[in-house]
Amino acid sequence: MFNASLKQLSIQLAGKKISSTELTSEFLQRIQQLNPEYNAFITVNEELSLAQARAADQMIAAGQASPLTGIPIAQKDIFCAKGWLTTCGSKMLSNFVSPYDAGVIERFNQAGAVNIGKTNMDEFAMGSSNETSYYGPVKNPWDHAAVPGGSSGGAACAVAARLACAATGTDTGGSIRQPAALCGISGIKPTYGLVSRYGMIAFASSLDQGGPMAKSAEDLALLLNVMVGFDPRDSTSLQREAEDYARDLQKPLAGLRIGLPKEYFAAGMSNDVASAIEKALDEYRKLGAQTVEISLPNAPLAIPVYYVLAPAEASSNLSRFDGVRYGHRAESYSDLADMYRKSRAQGFGPEVKRRILIGTYVLSHGYYDAYYIKAQKLRRLIAQDFADAYRQCDIIMGPTTPTVAFNLGEKSGDPIQMYLSDIYTSAANLTGMPAMSIPVGFGDKNRPIGLHIIGNYFKEAQMLNVAHQYQLATDWHNQSPV
Amino acid sequence: MQWEIVIGLEVHAQLSTHSKIFSGASTAYGAPPNTQACVIDLALPGVLPVLNKGAVERAIKFGLSVGAKINSPSIFARKNYFYPDLPKGYQISQYELPVVQGGTITIQIDGAEKTIHLTRAHLEEDAGKSLHEDFHGMSGIDLNRAGTPLLEIVSEPDMRSSAEAVSYAKTLHALVRWIGICDGNMQEGSFRCDANVSVRPRGTEKLGTRCEIKNLNSFRFLEKAIDYEARRQIEILEDGGAIRQETRLYDANKDETRTMRTKEDANDYRYFPDPDLLPVEISASWIEQVKSALPELPQARRDRYVAEFGLSAYDAAVLTASRETADYFEAVVKQLPAQAKLCANWIMGDINGQLNKEGIDISACPVNPPQLAALLTRIGDGTISGKAAKTVFESLWNGELDKNVDAIIAAKGLKQISDDSAIEKIVDQVLAANAQQVADYRAGKEKAFNSLVGQIMKATQGKANPAQVNAILKKKLDE
Repeated sequence: MFNASLKQLSIQLAGKKISSTELTSEFLQRIQQLNPEYNAFITVNEELSLAQARAADQMIAAGQASPLTGIPIAQKDIFCAKGWLTTCGSKMLSNFVSPYDAGVIERFNQAGAVNIGKTNMDEFAMGSSNETSYYGPVKNPWDHAAVPGGSSGGAACAVAARLACAATGTDTGGSIRQPAALCGISGIKPTYGLVSRYGMIAFASSLDQGGPMAKSAEDLALLLNVMVGFDPRDSTSLQREAEDYARDLQKPLAGLRIGLPKEYFAAGMSNDVASAIEKALDEYRKLGAQTVEISLPNAPLAIPVYYVLAPAEASSNLSRFDGVRYGHRAESYSDLADMYRKSRAQGFGPEVKRRILIGTYVLSHGYYDAYYIKAQKLRRLIAQDFADAYRQCDIIMGPTTPTVAFNLGEKSGDPIQMYLSDIYTSAANLTGMPAMSIPVGFGDKNRPIGLHIIGNYFKEAQMLNVAHQYQLATDWHNQSPV
Repeated sequence: MQWEIVIGLEVHAQLSTHSKIFSGASTAYGAPPNTQACVIDLALPGVLPVLNKGAVERAIKFGLSVGAKINSPSIFARKNYFYPDLPKGYQISQYELPVVQGGTITIQIDGAEKTIHLTRAHLEEDAGKSLHEDFHGMSGIDLNRAGTPLLEIVSEPDMRSSAEAVSYAKTLHALVRWIGICDGNMQEGSFRCDANVSVRPRGTEKLGTRCEIKNLNSFRFLEKAIDYEARRQIEILEDGGAIRQETRLYDANKDETRTMRTKEDANDYRYFPDPDLLPVEISASWIEQVKSALPELPQARRDRYVAEFGLSAYDAAVLTASRETADYFEAVVKQLPAQAKLCANWIMGDINGQLNKEGIDISACPVNPPQLAALLTRIGDGTISGKAAKTVFESLWNGELDKNVDAIIAAKGLKQISDDSAIEKIVDQVLAANAQQVADYRAGKEKAFNSLVGQIMKATQGKANPAQVNAILKKKLDE
């Protein structure tokens, strides 16, 4: 059962071939058995999950089922879920049980989905390897010596290792797409504003976007149908007519113009990745698409711009974690300033501190114009590059990451090397455009490789169509490490 | 050396919305601690602000009332600093592009008008309260107030004395209440002033180093704090010292200001646009809609009272000190359009005096406008004298005889004697009994006339119409 797609399970549940309670129990059992090795989950709560499964079975019996009813979904520990420990991968929130549900959690609950557990992640989503988590690193199911990517590393591992049918992730600079690529699964970051950020613990507000991670594009479409929707509690949430993201899955790709940014096919990409991407593009040509070379001249600036803006917003977003009202507070302190200092020094890990320092610096008097304002201007230039590119093509493709998964510990001492993991992905966050990763083969040490698909604003249905047609023609997405 | 005091004020007016500026929690005053703080006010992980449109509307209202520019888009920014009663670790405020830019307020000072320019007025959220007592070495935090909408109104350094500052603050206070955006309750902190004070040699242009005095919550404290602070600065300068730029606190008990923090330990607030809130677009049609709902403003009413009723600028200013007073005046004068000055005098004198004495607001005045108008009508038509009117007023105030003016006049026998022949008869009697004074008057002693009037009034128990008495007496004496 655990290898079946969400779509298949959904049909079986609706046809009462299986019950959600059985399905949920099976996944819970796998988690119990395998999570000690993978460390994909921070919190599992059998009681809460099974209660949801029983409720889902009742919904199905009452004929009120929707496609996600009864489906066990792993929730990234960045989403507040009522009654669940919600840590964001940090010691700072290691005692925080959320009294409320995030917008995304509410939508899953309404659909009757089962929260199978809260997944591990880089601390406050700051990282590309899941090594910054207070709860320890997650293993890549394809190779236990490798990182799963980050920050949604637990989510990617959970789906790849079949510990959950699907998972949620969040993506600020590539945190859905990069771990999806490194773990050989599919993941999409929708257009900024489509998925509610209410209750999704903020890293960098103008870049953060939640999205689904699953085994296939078809499953992603079903998940997006639930996750996307206006939320009046999030001022950046977009009010748009509901759409069925699965509606275009079957469209043929003849005539599709795929833009290949020369900047993304330049030095830095390893040979194994390059050849897998080239093969995938060949497959697309066979499906009737044509490829055109395009240029995104400011794309190389995405990383420096990202590492000014994201820390700037983060330094402010993380100020609320002060030990006053909730979260970690130092045991002893001499006065207020000392309480702040010790609580935050103890509660945050080194990567989070580094980003708070960078962010505080770039927002400081005298540096603000040179860093923050400048970065905002460049951000607009990068968006303009994409707008220009979409005049020549319908969709943009390239590698999701420059290399396959690196080894645990390999880059954790070198922040710059680590930051370059997001070299192809962060532009989509800066522009707000939707982007996804799908598995297209294996490279060095038989580690997975992801194809990066960037669409124009609100073109998720088209992107899923493009991904699905590839998945109909290939079976990389069906390969499992377990 | 002659010194000139330069003052600019920053006023925090709490806006009268029912819910907070970024959450749905109530803004009602006085609830038990932390019962009006929702997950957003508590800044739980993951929560987001949603702007209360009513707060923006009130800011627009204010901007239109002072002839300011309304910025669109208007931007919310984060002001970052740590304090336990600031749950997010930043205050959502406005930095660049506040809703209200510029504008002017006209104040009355020594019978003349003066224009005070406004720099800006921006929206922001209030912080919570730290409670340092009752917690044995710890502090309590009450977040009920956190997120309450404030309009911070910043003036240019246009004021030159504490009297001007007080006049400005009072005018502003009246205005925000007048247009219904703030209840103006200073005890509850709905209207708080910070004063920026500096001094410079009279006749020079360059501004002196300023000190900011925080949290002045009464007009009296504002006046005293400025006076103290100006004296302090002048003394330092005259002793050859220099003013240190700092934030000071006014201690009302000691009547002095003292250092709160110096510029050196001032925060770098690291303002930047709040990415959780989109720029606020304020459309021309929204502005138009707010404008059409604005009441006639105090300045317009003042001008109208002078032009339409012939009142002095001073009277017009007193009557427009609050919208309630002005509305009261208009309700009375509507019934006595020819006697505006009489109406004005009674409201400014007897009504205001009695209200002050009993510490009540004109909205709760026991004598309502129709009752006062009925009373003034009886003065106007000669039924009662001005003196008798005071007695009737007292009865009205005390609620006697269902507050019926005519019934009170009748019951108390206050009706004037206005019958010429009746008065003539009494005058004749008094003249006959006071031959000496008649002779004195005729010999040129004007004083004797008043004495004779007194006798006549005494004989009629004060009920004779004084104008008629004067006329008849004069006629008889000059015969």
